[in-house]
Amino acid sequence: MSSIPASAFLALALILFCIGLYGALTKRNTVIVLISIELMLNAVNINLVTFSKYGINPSIDGQIFALFAMAVAAAEAAVGLAILMALYRNKKTVHIDEMNEMKN
Amino acid sequence: MENAWLIPLFPLLSFMILLLIGKRLREASAYVGILLTLASLVFSILVLFERFSEPSYLAKFNWLTIGDLHLTAGFEVNQLNALMLFIVSLVSFLVHTYSKGYMHGDERFHIFYAYLGLFTFAMLGLVISPNILQTYIFWELVGVGSFLLIGFYYYKEEAKAAAKKAFIMTRIGDVGLLIGMILLFWQTKSFEYSEIFNAVEAGGVSNTMITLTAILIFIGAVGKSGQFPLHTWLPDAMEGPTPVSALIHAATMVAAGVYLVAALFPLFTASKTALLTVATIGGITAIFAASIGLVQTDIKRVLAYSTVSQLGYMMLALGSAGYVAGVFHLMTHAFFKALLFLAAGSVIHAVHTQNIEEMGGLWKKLKLTAPLFLIGTLAISGVPGLSGFFSKDEILVAAWEGGHPVLFLLALIAAFMTAFYMFRLFFMVFTGEKRGKQKDVHESPSVMTMPMVLLGILAVVAGYVNTPWFGSFLGDWLVDGNPALGHSHIEGPAWIMIAATVVSLAGILLAYLIYGKRSIAPDWLSGKGDMLHTVLNNKYYIDEFYKLTVVAFVTGFSYLLRFIDVFLVEGIVKGVTGIVQGLGRTGSKMQSGQVQTYGAVAFLGLAVLVVIYALTGGYLR
Repeated sequence: MSSIPASAFLALALILFCIGLYGALTKRNTVIVLISIELMLNAVNINLVTFSKYGINPSIDGQIFALFAMAVAAAEAAVGLAILMALYRNKKTVHIDEMNEMKN
Repeated sequence: MENAWLIPLFPLLSFMILLLIGKRLREASAYVGILLTLASLVFSILVLFERFSEPSYLAKFNWLTIGDLHLTAGFEVNQLNALMLFIVSLVSFLVHTYSKGYMHGDERFHIFYAYLGLFTFAMLGLVISPNILQTYIFWELVGVGSFLLIGFYYYKEEAKAAAKKAFIMTRIGDVGLLIGMILLFWQTKSFEYSEIFNAVEAGGVSNTMITLTAILIFIGAVGKSGQFPLHTWLPDAMEGPTPVSALIHAATMVAAGVYLVAALFPLFTASKTALLTVATIGGITAIFAASIGLVQTDIKRVLAYSTVSQLGYMMLALGSAGYVAGVFHLMTHAFFKALLFLAAGSVIHAVHTQNIEEMGGLWKKLKLTAPLFLIGTLAISGVPGLSGFFSKDEILVAAWEGGHPVLFLLALIAAFMTAFYMFRLFFMVFTGEKRGKQKDVHESPSVMTMPMVLLGILAVVAGYVNTPWFGSFLGDWLVDGNPALGHSHIEGPAWIMIAATVVSLAGILLAYLIYGKRSIAPDWLSGKGDMLHTVLNNKYYIDEFYKLTVVAFVTGFSYLLRFIDVFLVEGIVKGVTGIVQGLGRTGSKMQSGQVQTYGAVAFLGLAVLVVIYALTGGYLR
């Protein structure tokens, strides 16, 4: 186990975050955007766990934070999907670029 | 006398009641006004009688304290104040009563009474003020009341213009008063009349300063009392309802200027120059206004010019050190001029015109108004036995003994003119053939005639309180215990009284020959001196002169200021708003509503921050 260096985990988190960011900023389908946001959150979780194991002061705190983040992410996903459902009923679309009520 | 402060509060109460519930009371508003001014009148009479036997009363309390400077407010009852309280509340009460008939059916009936209440409050407050600052406050309030009442028929252009003119012209004078007041305070460290007089008497103020302040304060009086050259607002003020003309522009407010000079009399006597100025302005005004009165054809304007002229008389008296004569004439004039105005109102009420050329032959139709008008006319003309005779005689004596033979002569000629134009008015209105269209002319209701009867009685008997024959009771009382006010009665040669009588009778005779018997054609003079008539008819072109000089200057100046305002001030303001608006527009354009764009921008910003952090090592240097 210890043969894998911390930088590998961090690189994985970085790649995951960048994929998520790309998806969140470019995809038109709102469901994909929400999934991409989940990806970014999970990248954060990997970072937290990595530092709880290989950090300067390794402790269990980071893993507890990761659990918290998962719970919050689950709740956020539920709320996000509910809002999306309501929006879909009103606008008959899930394309994020058509949801521009806040324009100007 | 301790309760004299209540006197001005009754009309104020009337003003407030009518302001709050006047609309519901409608014509019953009159009773509120009449009853409350009656209360003032009763109190004033009590105070007057109390003052006969007791010394003056002064009450004051601290109003403002700034550092070691104490400003006080309060009230004072001395001889002059008590007399003025009586005159003002009496005339006000009678005018309140009279207006019930005159203003009957007017849509803004209750507003009229409310304004009357406000004015009466201010005027009564003015006459019991113990210091010049309080006087000034009420002085301005009186101006407001006058403004509101002149512009009462605000839908008439002339009334609006007249109200504005009155306010602005008197303001010019008030600036003088304000500066004089401040100078006086600077010199004597007090606004109190008594302390000012003490300081002046003790020589704490230089002679130049006394003269300067006295003349500045006199400018205030000139504005308020319609003296030359600030008189032009007073005839225009006749656009207001006639009872208002009687109350404000004949009996009370315009007398405030005379009152002010009388109240500050010790200050004026301390400076020969100031006294001479007062006397000269008074004398000039007296003859100047009287000559304009000769040719006017509007019944109220004739009376207005006669008011200006009579106020000039009072100033002349005060300026000739005839304190008693001035105050005495102020009192008698209040009675007979209020009578004349109310009678004129009654005539206007009957024939619905103010042009005397459309009247005539009203003697038989107005059985009560006509004799009362005649009494007023006789009184103002100075026919022996009536009040005006005694007070005018006092003034002529004062002018002669004061060493102003030229002014005395002017006053004598003005007396002749007064008798002439007043009887011209009388003959044209009441005698001869009926002219113009007069339809169903009828006498006014008794609510209008009763006040006139009372004033008629006073116009006859008021003179007997101070005569050379039966003793000068008023004079003795007025100057009692105050040597600064001069003699109670000025002895003069007997020929002055005879001359005054002859002059006034001559004026009446001439008026009778021209307008009564018509044995002399009215244009025998104007036929010869056409130019003179034109000049008089145009009131010496004073208004035109002001229009060409002062008004033109002010207009030009305001155009300049307007230019600066439009192009400089407004330019800056527009520039600032333009920048802000432009920024806002650009900002709102960037608000596209595309969440993903926002996200990208936010991330980019974060990236930039991180780069900066990395390059600088955490600190911006």
